Amino acid sequence: MAQPKTIIDKIWEQHVVHQEENKPDLLYIDLHLIHEVTSPQAFEGLRMSNRNVRRPENTYATMDHNVPTRERHIIKDAVSKKQMETLKDNCTEFNIPLADIHHPDQGIVHVIGPELGLTQPGKTIVCGDSHTSTHGAFGALAFGIGTSEVEHVLATQSLWQETPKTLQVHVNGELGTGVTSKDLILAIIAKYGVRFGSGYVMEYTGDAIHSLSMEERMTICNMSIEAGARAGLISPDNITVDYLKGKRHVPGGAAFDEAAAEWLNLATDEGAQYDAVVEIDANEVEPQVTWGTNPSQCVPVNGSVPNPADYDNPNDKDEVERALIYMDLEPEQAIQSIPIEHVFIGSCTNSRLSDLRKAADIVKGKQVSGDIQALVVPGSQSVKDAAEKEGLDVIFKTAGFEWRDAGCSMCLAMNDDIVPPGERCASTSNRNFEGRQGNGARTHLVSPEMAAAAAIEGYFVDVRKFTAAVGG
Amino acid sequence: MEAIIKHEGLVYPLNRANVDTDQIIPKQFLKRIERQGFGQFLFYNWRFYEDGTPRDDFSLNNPKYEGASILVGGENFGCGSSREHAPWAIQDYGFKVVIAPSFADIFYNNCVKNGILPIQLTSEETQAMIKKAEETNYTLSVDLPEQTVKDENGWHATFDIPSYQKEMLLNGWDEIAVTLTFEEKINAFENSKA
Repeated sequence: MAQPKTIIDKIWEQHVVHQEENKPDLLYIDLHLIHEVTSPQAFEGLRMSNRNVRRPENTYATMDHNVPTRERHIIKDAVSKKQMETLKDNCTEFNIPLADIHHPDQGIVHVIGPELGLTQPGKTIVCGDSHTSTHGAFGALAFGIGTSEVEHVLATQSLWQETPKTLQVHVNGELGTGVTSKDLILAIIAKYGVRFGSGYVMEYTGDAIHSLSMEERMTICNMSIEAGARAGLISPDNITVDYLKGKRHVPGGAAFDEAAAEWLNLATDEGAQYDAVVEIDANEVEPQVTWGTNPSQCVPVNGSVPNPADYDNPNDKDEVERALIYMDLEPEQAIQSIPIEHVFIGSCTNSRLSDLRKAADIVKGKQVSGDIQALVVPGSQSVKDAAEKEGLDVIFKTAGFEWRDAGCSMCLAMNDDIVPPGERCASTSNRNFEGRQGNGARTHLVSPEMAAAAAIEGYFVDVRKFTAAVGG
Repeated sequence: MEAIIKHEGLVYPLNRANVDTDQIIPKQFLKRIERQGFGQFLFYNWRFYEDGTPRDDFSLNNPKYEGASILVGGENFGCGSSREHAPWAIQDYGFKVVIAPSFADIFYNNCVKNGILPIQLTSEETQAMIKKAEETNYTLSVDLPEQTVKDENGWHATFDIPSYQKEMLLNGWDEIAVTLTFEEKINAFENSKA
C-alpha cells in the first residue's frame, strides 16, 4: 500500500515544476490574487524588464485596503486615489480581471476569492497579503508573499519554495454555545504563542474543526499567520463541497461531481505523519479577549490582565509591561472592567454573512451604549447586498451602528476609518499590534458576537449572558 | 539586486521580541507606488511624536547609532503583514544585515529578495551582542561565504543559511531571470494539466 500522505504533501507533489538537490522546488501557482497596496512596484518591475504577465486569466484583482467605506464616488486622499488608479491602469495594460471600487464583486480579497469560487481545494493560491492563509479553509495551499514574489508570479506563474514542514493542530471535543471559531483560534495562539507555526504549514484536524461551517473555518485559517505559519489548511469534506456547488467559477454538472471526488481525495490519509503536532480541547475554550499588543496576549472574558511581576524571564516581563503601558491597563485588571469607545465588526477574519447574522442577533432591539462609534463593514459588496436582503442593515442601524461599504477599513486603518490616539476598540479583526487601527489606538480582538455585546454594554461582557447559555 | 558578500558595520540593538512589520513601517506610508524613499518612515511611530519631532526615548534616535548598518533584534523579527515596504524601509535607512534569534518566514524571504542578509543566531548570542551594542560602539564584520560573524575582540559565531538564499545574495541575481531559464518546464507543466 502507498505511504499515507497529508493533504499538504499531496498538493505539493501535484505542483512541482522542477526539483533538484540543495535547491527549493519550483512550485506552480494556480491562482494569484492582487490588490492595490502590494502590487504597483511589481508591475513597475515588469515594465522595467520588458516582461509580461504569464497567465492573466489565473490572476484576479480587487481594491480593498485603501478604499473608502462611505461616499465612494469621492476619494479625498490623493495618494490613495493614485494607488487605486495605478491598479486599474496595470490591470488594463496586462489584461487582468479587476473588481474595482464600483464593481458589484468588489470586496476584501480573501472574502471574494471563496465567494466567487476562485478558491478551490487543491489549488496553490498566493497574494501579496499575509492573510492569504484564509483560503486554506478549502484545502488549498494558500500563503502570503512579498512584492518581489508578486512580480515573480506575474512573470512566471511559479515560485521557488522549500518543501514545508507540516504541523498538525488537532482540536478535540466541541465548542460550547456562544463560543466561536474566532475564540478557538485566539485560544490556540494564546496557548502556543505567536511563533509556534513559524516554518510550518499547519493542518487543523479533529471533529471540532470538521463540524464548523466554511465561514467559521475561514476565520481559523485566516489567523494561521498570527501563529507564525504562512499557511494553514483544513482537508476538504462534504461541507466544503456543498459550499462550492453553484459558485460562479466552479464547474457545473458532471464536471462538478468529478471535481468534488478529486477534492475529497485530497484529504489527509489515515495514518499520515506530520513533523509536529499540537492539541487543544475545544470544550475548554471560552470567549476570548486580547489585552496586549500581539494576538497571543489573550485571556478568557472572565479572566484578568496578567501581572508582569509573575514573569521570571526579564524579556517576557518587559514585553508584558510595555504592552500594559501601551494599552493603558493595570496588572490584574478584570477584562470585564475595560470600557470601550469603538466597535469594529469587519475584516477578512470576520466580515462574512454568518458573522453579521450572529452579531445582529445580539444587537437586535438594543442600543449601542453611550457615544460609542460602532461600525459594521461587510467583507464584500455581495455580503452587503445579501445582508440587506435579510434586513440586517436595519437591525444594525436601528441599534446605532454605522453600515458601510466593503473594504479592509478599520482593521488596518489605511482609509479614513481610524481609531484616534488613546482610544479603545473592540475589534473582530486579526491584529492588535501597536498603532494597527490608528497611531496610539488600543485594540482588543474578539468574536463578532463579543464585539456586538461590548457595543451594547459599553465594556467587555461574556456574550453567553446574552444567549443565556452560561451554565447550561 | 545588489550582491552582498562581506560587510562590516556599526550595530544598532533593538531588544524587543515580536517586532512586527506594522512597527517597522506603519500603514500610512504604504500608499506610495514607488520602491524607494521608505527609510524616513522606518519605525515611524516609535521614532517620532504625532507632530513629527523625534522621540528621545527611542534608541534609534540616539546619535551614537548614527550610521549603523547592522540591526540586531529579538525573536520573531518581522512578524505580521507581508508588506515588502518593511525591508525596503530597513534598507533605505542604511541597514545591510539584520540579526535575530528567529525571523518571521515572509519577512526573511523579503529581505533576501532585496539583498539584505538575515542572520539567525542563538538568543544567547544576540543578547550578548545587544548588551555590548548598548554599552559601547560595537561593530561586527559579517562574511557570507564563510557564514561567520566576528567582533573586534575576537568573538565569533557561525550561522546557517539555505544554499539557495546564499547564492542569491552572493550573486545579486535577478530571480525572475533565473526562473525564466526553466520556461520550457513551466510550459510542459501547464500542458500536462491542460
